[in-house]
Amino acid sequence: MSNSLKIRTGLVLGCLILALVSLGPTLFGSDLPDWWRKTFDPIHLGLDLQGGMHLVLGVDVDKAVESRLDTIVDQSEDLLREKDVIFKRIDRSSGERIIVTVYDEEAGEQADAIMAENFPNLEAMTLTAEGAYIQKNYRLSDNEIEAVREYAVRQALETLRNRVDQFGVSEPTLQRQEGNRILIQLPGVKDPQRAIDLLGKTARLEFKMVMEDANPQDAIAGNLPAGGQLLYERRVDPRSGAVSESPLIVEDKTVLTGDLLSNAQVRIDTRFNDPYVAIDFNSVGAKRFDQITGANVGKRMAIVLDDTVYSAPVIRERISGGSAQVSGSFTEQEATDLAIVLRAGSLPAPVDILENRTVGPSLGQDSIDQGMRSVLIGFVLVVVAMLVYYKFSGLVANTVLMLNLVFIMAMLSIFGATLTLPGIAGIVLTVGMAVDANVLIFERIREELRLGRTPRAALEAGFEKAKLTIIDANVTTLIAALVLFQFGTGPVKGFAVTLSVGIISSLFTAVVVSRLIFDLYLSRSKVDRLSI
Amino acid sequence: MQIIKHDINIDFVGKRKLAMIISGVVILLGLASLVINGGPNYGIDFVGGTLVQVKFTENTDAGKIKDSLSTLDLGSVVVQHFGDDANEYLVRVQESANNKELSKLISGSLESSYGAGKVEIRRVEMVGPQVGKDLRQKGLLSILYAMIGILIYISWRFELRFAIGAIIALLHDVMITLGAFSLSGREIDLPIIAAFLAIIGYSLNDTIIVYDRIRENYGKHQKKGFTAVVNSSINETLSRTILTSGTTMLVVLALFVFGGGVIHNFAFALLIGILVGTYSSIFVASPVLIFWDDYRSGGQKKVAAEGGAR
Repeated sequence: MSNSLKIRTGLVLGCLILALVSLGPTLFGSDLPDWWRKTFDPIHLGLDLQGGMHLVLGVDVDKAVESRLDTIVDQSEDLLREKDVIFKRIDRSSGERIIVTVYDEEAGEQADAIMAENFPNLEAMTLTAEGAYIQKNYRLSDNEIEAVREYAVRQALETLRNRVDQFGVSEPTLQRQEGNRILIQLPGVKDPQRAIDLLGKTARLEFKMVMEDANPQDAIAGNLPAGGQLLYERRVDPRSGAVSESPLIVEDKTVLTGDLLSNAQVRIDTRFNDPYVAIDFNSVGAKRFDQITGANVGKRMAIVLDDTVYSAPVIRERISGGSAQVSGSFTEQEATDLAIVLRAGSLPAPVDILENRTVGPSLGQDSIDQGMRSVLIGFVLVVVAMLVYYKFSGLVANTVLMLNLVFIMAMLSIFGATLTLPGIAGIVLTVGMAVDANVLIFERIREELRLGRTPRAALEAGFEKAKLTIIDANVTTLIAALVLFQFGTGPVKGFAVTLSVGIISSLFTAVVVSRLIFDLYLSRSKVDRLSI
Repeated sequence: MQIIKHDINIDFVGKRKLAMIISGVVILLGLASLVINGGPNYGIDFVGGTLVQVKFTENTDAGKIKDSLSTLDLGSVVVQHFGDDANEYLVRVQESANNKELSKLISGSLESSYGAGKVEIRRVEMVGPQVGKDLRQKGLLSILYAMIGILIYISWRFELRFAIGAIIALLHDVMITLGAFSLSGREIDLPIIAAFLAIIGYSLNDTIIVYDRIRENYGKHQKKGFTAVVNSSINETLSRTILTSGTTMLVVLALFVFGGGVIHNFAFALLIGILVGTYSSIFVASPVLIFWDDYRSGGQKKVAAEGGAR
């Protein structure tokens, strides 16, 4: 055996052993020793094959900017009062501006000074006059707006991660994507609707005082009292389960928010067997809750979650312990989920579900079965065709095809790629196309044999001439596959991966491995006729 | 064994005008269907919407399913049978984003008319209009980028005219496949873009093998004339073309028949694409070279004639 032959045999055997070792965990799972399983992961199945949920959430960052402006409005109102600046009103306009309306120049200058001192991120804009008043306009600097948006997305990602962790899914994926989007993948999730409810909820818990003297019917007709807000209280009939809503006017100003709570837990009300959520405030929250309840004994306080009133109990006495309860005819599941979202914290801005792809486990299994069946049938058809057409050389091509499949699976495992249904289609396609390289070589060899060359010379010339053609043809397909990889999401990416891997592997097996088999065959025996 | 005799010599190039007419008619047919249907029939991946795949334990039909959903007021609802299973259906609703409970509503209302446990939601796909728009744009761009990349590679390895011939063949293949989708009323969604790119790759593979032979033979037999060289090159590679297309068709057919409903349209695209791709490397990509050659030498003759007159 020549040296080059030995080296090549060693190389191919080495690759084969590495491939088989890396496929161990995929094929035999937990029977293997620890070090083995730690070195090589089994092939990951995509959500379309193992079942699961793929969600893309869009964070409404503009809402985060608005709520930042609202906070500034609240704070500056207090500041202006403290400093005895006389002003008519201060509010937020729809164009993301804060407008302070004052009566004269002097008050305007005072307001400017106070705003500049306390809110360095605000930019003063032009004055506008409204009748006898002067309006001072402020807006957030572009940098600050960008920072608020950025923070909102980061915070949302963090909060969603907390929620997913408490939801109990193995190997979830959370990723930030371009354009304020967050990708969440939950493999094997059992109750997709519950996941959506849990993740999509803003969970903004607010405590607001009820405006007892306002008439809700007037408000519905469009006569909302100043500083008031129309919300609906949700009531569930315990017998029929029907949900009804009744209007309620609360004060616009939020007295306390859920940000200040330290824990939330499901409890059962022993009298009616109703589940409720018990919340504990942190020290700041407890102090403020104590003050508020002390100042408002006898009045009603609305507990508002995402702009829906869950209950509006009357404050009977000052509450100092720093705990409260959110009740509202919940089912046990609802109460559990509410406790989870309250513990995980509220989202800084609402999220929209932009994309949802959910595959049930039974469909996933069907897809695996059907995919594997078509790979197998396709493989057998090709093997038979090659054997009939090229006889012994067809056997070589089939051996190489088999190796090709092993190498493709091994590369998927080594690179930690994900196998999806289109990915399986990619493998099927590769099986068809992989023989192409061999066909090209064999046809060349036949041509050379017809010219009267000896088997060895024909083999050599056939491989040499076909090599460039094969490379040219495969590189172009590879270009298409790589573009697809760049663009593709989820399942489509899986197709690009198996196609690229398949092309590389079939180049190697056709040009190196099948040549090696022929060379080995020719070196062992004296061959007069090549069976091709 | 041989299917194609090695000394075969079919006059493919001589039939290039006929081939052009056939291609033209097929493309026009597809285009007409596209125009009548107001553009490609995009699936929810590209226009947004919601799709729910439901499996029933008892026999039912699309009309009955639609009736049981009518109380929901979902706008236009399309119900169609899906896959090989007799009781599996797709429910398609235009509405998408911001309705976090749509699939719950659908399953709830189906369960109330068919009975609890008789309905299994197998798959839900919801794509918002913005995401759909993004995906569509990305899909079209990816096809464009792939073509540019290929154009550069072939111009580098061969000559520009080969690259142009290859791209024309690719456009031909993609247009016919697109037309076939429109004519058969199939939807174009994300995996179909992947299939298109695979078709581009495959068709090119085929084209390059013929081109490679043309390049090789042109160096050896320049005297025979370009047209004759192209024709003999096609004939010499014919047995490889038939065999490779044959094996690839076999596996794609296996995918089409046994791969299941989710992958059905994808396999259909590949099936058409491979058929057309094989045809186009013989009847489109190579004749383009000859048209180019005729045009150029025609131009040169004219220049020569003018030079003589002076």
